[in-house]
Amino acid sequence: MGKYLRKKLIIYLITFFFAVTLDWAIPRFMPGDPISMLLARFNGLENSSDIVRSTFTKSFGLDQPLITQYFGFWKSLFTGDLGISIYLYPKKVSEIISQALIYDILLLLPAILLSWIVGNKLGARSGVNKKVDNIMMPFFYVLTSSPYFWFAVLLVFFFGVKLQIFPVNGAYSNIMIPGFNIQFILDFLYHWVLPFLSLFMVMLGGWAIGMRNMIIYEMGSNYSKYMESLGSSEKLIRKYAFRNAILPQVTGLALQLGTIVAGAFTTEIVFSYPGIGYILLKALLNQDYFLIQGCFLFIVICVLVANFLVDIVYMLIDPRVRFSFSGEV
Amino acid sequence: MSFIDKLKKNDNLYFALRNKKVIIGAVIFLALLITALIGPIIAPYDYEEFAGAPYANPSFQHLMGTSIFGRDVFSQVLYGLRSTFVVGFVGGTLGTVIGLIIGFFAGYRSGSMLDEILMMMTNILLVIPTIALLIILSAYLPYRGVITQSMIIGFTSWPWVARAVRSQTLSLRNKEFVNLSRISGASTFKIIKDDIAYNMFSYVFMVYILQFAGAILTSVSLDFIGLGPTKGISLGLIMQDAVNWNAIQLGMWWWAILPGVVLTVLVTSLYFINTGLDEVFNPTLREM
Repeated sequence: MGKYLRKKLIIYLITFFFAVTLDWAIPRFMPGDPISMLLARFNGLENSSDIVRSTFTKSFGLDQPLITQYFGFWKSLFTGDLGISIYLYPKKVSEIISQALIYDILLLLPAILLSWIVGNKLGARSGVNKKVDNIMMPFFYVLTSSPYFWFAVLLVFFFGVKLQIFPVNGAYSNIMIPGFNIQFILDFLYHWVLPFLSLFMVMLGGWAIGMRNMIIYEMGSNYSKYMESLGSSEKLIRKYAFRNAILPQVTGLALQLGTIVAGAFTTEIVFSYPGIGYILLKALLNQDYFLIQGCFLFIVICVLVANFLVDIVYMLIDPRVRFSFSGEV
Repeated sequence: MSFIDKLKKNDNLYFALRNKKVIIGAVIFLALLITALIGPIIAPYDYEEFAGAPYANPSFQHLMGTSIFGRDVFSQVLYGLRSTFVVGFVGGTLGTVIGLIIGFFAGYRSGSMLDEILMMMTNILLVIPTIALLIILSAYLPYRGVITQSMIIGFTSWPWVARAVRSQTLSLRNKEFVNLSRISGASTFKIIKDDIAYNMFSYVFMVYILQFAGAILTSVSLDFIGLGPTKGISLGLIMQDAVNWNAIQLGMWWWAILPGVVLTVLVTSLYFINTGLDEVFNPTLREM
């Protein structure tokens, strides 16, 4: 058990190390000269040239040798200093990201967890029932084949533009000031429905298909047949099949996170939802390297942490991992 | 020997042709492939040409309406479909081939240093969200074509293939016939090629279909974020353009939604083939 977690942790640490190195290299090895371009952009502002230059010298340390710059980057990373955004000048990157993070968590966490739970239930249902299977499967296939943003566009068109029951952009109305009061929360939820629904539906298809295939395999396996010949009830066999089939689905959750993040980005863009994806897009369009760096780093950290959490869950639900750790995980 | 008898000799093909899912999927896929191949011939307009009045609803003259600039969406889709297929073929093939090579060698030499290094690499790439990597790689290249995009996708999509192939190779490695080849002095490459790869053909084929579909979906996401090909057209670029020009708010569903329908149908057909083939290759799943 300890060995399992230790092995995973080592991989995550190495990944983190690589990711940070890559992140450090982004603005330094970009084609063109981002710094002079950024200086040109701030020409109009008073003293701006000095401010930008000092910011760059401070966090880049460009006059120093590369290796010193590299260690300096790690140091500033651990003090939470990710530089200052150019596009949303003079906000700090860490500040922008922490603001966007709330929206991401509130949108993605329920969408991922609920679609996983509902998808597994529906998939298991259609795995054991031929009639349900024939009706549901094409539907799930279409869901999982549709690009996230396209499904979002579809929902926006029908519910936002045609029927006009839901707002189509932003996380709250323009007249609202974010705060912790009932009015704002209701307004937030009202804006939350469509982005949530589009993420939820597209993910749902994938989970349902995975579960359906696993259940069919498990129901055809030897232990199921043995139980059947012993005369145990269909319900009991299904229960055992489900418990075995859920394991690859948990692993799938970890493997899918990257794809989900990408899908969430495009969905956020459709809804102009102020999460990390939307910010990253703005940063890319404005070639705001500090912000791109910050977003990249932040996404990698989140996915790593989520992966680690999934690993712990996997260990808790699979006794085989808990009792002995050998070979494939 | 009649055609049917010949078919019966090759039972995978025989069952594949009797499987409804495979047939439906394959027919749709081939129809779209042919459409894409002859696209420039049947396209009524060029994809950048001013074809008629802007904001036009779908009609016989403009099967999918026109965009805000008066471009014919149907012609755009025909040209865009070509790039989508190219991305699927190139990206899917590259991802599968790299994954196969790494998976075979890691699996066949499991426990060795080579295996450890390859698997470490695979696991690291599996965890780093591909989209973040893709964004950076794409941002490095100010001018991107469809082929460049497919290669970027191919080079980042192999890790899960490598892992799946490795575990399959592991289970095949200790089979009797592999041991026999080893005793008779066959080289590692020959064993992998003749014994292991040959027995995994059906599995690899299914992996390839999934990679094909995955490459298409990834490319569309990239296009939509604005990191698509800088010249030319693709289904993702059409939709990016549509959303950027508020096509949804203006009620121009034909511009923003129809290209996505074509794409979704294409990817669905691939998944159908995949599920159908699963039933063909695994006799226990066959419905007779």
